[in-house]
Amino acid sequence: MKLTGREAMRQAMRRAMAADDRVFLMGEDVGRYGGCFGVSKGMLEEFGAERVRDTPLSESAFVGAGIGAAMAGLRPIVEIMTCNFSLLALDQILNNAATLRHMSDGQFGVPLVIRMTTGGGRQLAAQHSHSLEGWYAHIPGIKVLTPGTVEDFAGMLQPALDDPDPVLIFEHGALYNAEAELADSAPAVDITSAALRRTGTDITLITYGGSLPLCLDAADQLAADGISAEVVDLRVLRPLDDTTVIASVSRTHRAVVVDEGWRSVGIAAEVSARIMEQAFWELDGPVARVCTAEVPLPYPKHLEEAALPSVGRVLDAARELVGHG
Amino acid sequence: MREGIDLLRDMLLVRHFEERCARLYQESRIRGFLHLYVGEEAVAAGVLGELEPDDNLVATYREHGHALLKGVDPGAVMAEMFGRQEGCSGGRGGSMHLFDAAHRLFGGNAIVGGGLPLAVGLALADRLTRTPRVTACFFGEGAVAEGEFHECMNLAALWELPVLFCCENNLYAMGTALERSEADTDLSVRAATYGMAAWSVDGMDVEAVQHATRRALAMVRAGQPCFLELRTYRFRAHSMYDPELYRDKAEVARWKERDPIAAFRGRLEAAGVLSPEEAERLDREAAARVDDAVAFAEAGTLEPLETLTRHVYADRGTR
Repeated sequence: MKLTGREAMRQAMRRAMAADDRVFLMGEDVGRYGGCFGVSKGMLEEFGAERVRDTPLSESAFVGAGIGAAMAGLRPIVEIMTCNFSLLALDQILNNAATLRHMSDGQFGVPLVIRMTTGGGRQLAAQHSHSLEGWYAHIPGIKVLTPGTVEDFAGMLQPALDDPDPVLIFEHGALYNAEAELADSAPAVDITSAALRRTGTDITLITYGGSLPLCLDAADQLAADGISAEVVDLRVLRPLDDTTVIASVSRTHRAVVVDEGWRSVGIAAEVSARIMEQAFWELDGPVARVCTAEVPLPYPKHLEEAALPSVGRVLDAARELVGHG
Repeated sequence: MREGIDLLRDMLLVRHFEERCARLYQESRIRGFLHLYVGEEAVAAGVLGELEPDDNLVATYREHGHALLKGVDPGAVMAEMFGRQEGCSGGRGGSMHLFDAAHRLFGGNAIVGGGLPLAVGLALADRLTRTPRVTACFFGEGAVAEGEFHECMNLAALWELPVLFCCENNLYAMGTALERSEADTDLSVRAATYGMAAWSVDGMDVEAVQHATRRALAMVRAGQPCFLELRTYRFRAHSMYDPELYRDKAEVARWKERDPIAAFRGRLEAAGVLSPEEAERLDREAAARVDDAVAFAEAGTLEPLETLTRHVYADRGTR
């Protein structure tokens, strides 16, 4: 069955809601409108207004309400239109969802799933395009998932709902229209590990989410140059799977981290530091980073493209590293 | 439902507990921020006495009294102040973060307004599962300035959720007087604009609080949120760090003349329900309960360092 990322997430939500009465969806325009990006289209008709709840534009209240409902034993899925808007609910996510289990000495957990769109590339300018998953990955107490394939759009939701702790899923807007052939009964995927998307021997490209297709393209082009690139899809930004990353870098001895967040103090910096800490003597050269330019994302297409990671920038970084290796 | 002497007993327990906490703080036995409820006891006693054990409670960082009157053991509350693992939050929360799952206390919350969305969510869960339960949510008048307050009032009214919003108006958000922060200081009028029943109550009169709570809970249990503004006053400083530069001593003295415990005791004695000797006995009993709580806390143990990161996430296999 051929599915888009959007359809894969919808199918996962429909299956979860059909299987478990505790699961419900709420967020802005998830019902009558069908979801800002069309992910929940048709679900209101299928499950009714009680379980597919349109909310007012009150991010803090409805995210916090999701936390409260989760503490009471339900399994809410809260959709936030974009990760920029999630900042209006940051108090609830950081001060409540992430702290309640530890602060209550394990008496209360928050089995909540928050889904939101992330990333640029659609000329939506500086308040709809940022990649803030690295910020969230800073916070102990939550888990951060970044599906980069249609298979992960289909398979990450159920294990996230099964997780006893708050799980944030960052869905790159460019992947909603990505297509892939999936088995009808796509199995739940592992949400604790990074995945090796391509094996290689000369260099490791480490990435996640919307940058995964770029890195796979870049790996194809590098192969034409005789450079064998391995591609690691982090998939989970917290807790990070060091093992897969370090094992790969220990084989290839070179690493480029590709991350759509800003370069400073971001996930690429974290991955780079871990490689330095755990595989310093394996490296043939410094870890390179390809990240978004340190600007609020601009509207014009040529400027936005220049700011975001691209296949060309990944190729440049990889060739320089191999050339100097 | 608590009646006359029970209400006095409840208020005395809170008063003795708080006065003891102040002394223990001065002795450096309790650290961190400590916010005391002295003067406001009639509010917690009047409201919580009307809740069922199965009802939910969401409280603020000035919540020792609420925890005690929801039924949390005073020893467990005091041990929490001492940072001992026998505390009601394992010692990890301290004064501002009292939790007790068994008594459905979903926390003191140290972010002003931060508990309101949780209360809405707890009530939403009850609505979705058809559970006949009420969520009482306490917050100060300072929270009325927060966006979360307005978002939550609207959402609770829109979705007809069983939340009793209890606004403890003690006139000062830390040091900022209500009239210095709100264009319209009539809080129940403002709450009513969200389409829910709302009114103001003399929070220094435990019976007035009790009667208002009964009336409000009847509406909440029938499926409508309700808002009570409980007009009260804190006799002590905001926290132990507060030099009280923002209010004059004469004002504090005037409010102390309306001490809710002295007033209610006088009323019971005048009605012949309580003799002065019995009143003294209740006072000694409350002090003794606090003595026991302190002894329990002092005998408590410190969490070993090995479990520092436990409960950041659920232990594997638990659900």
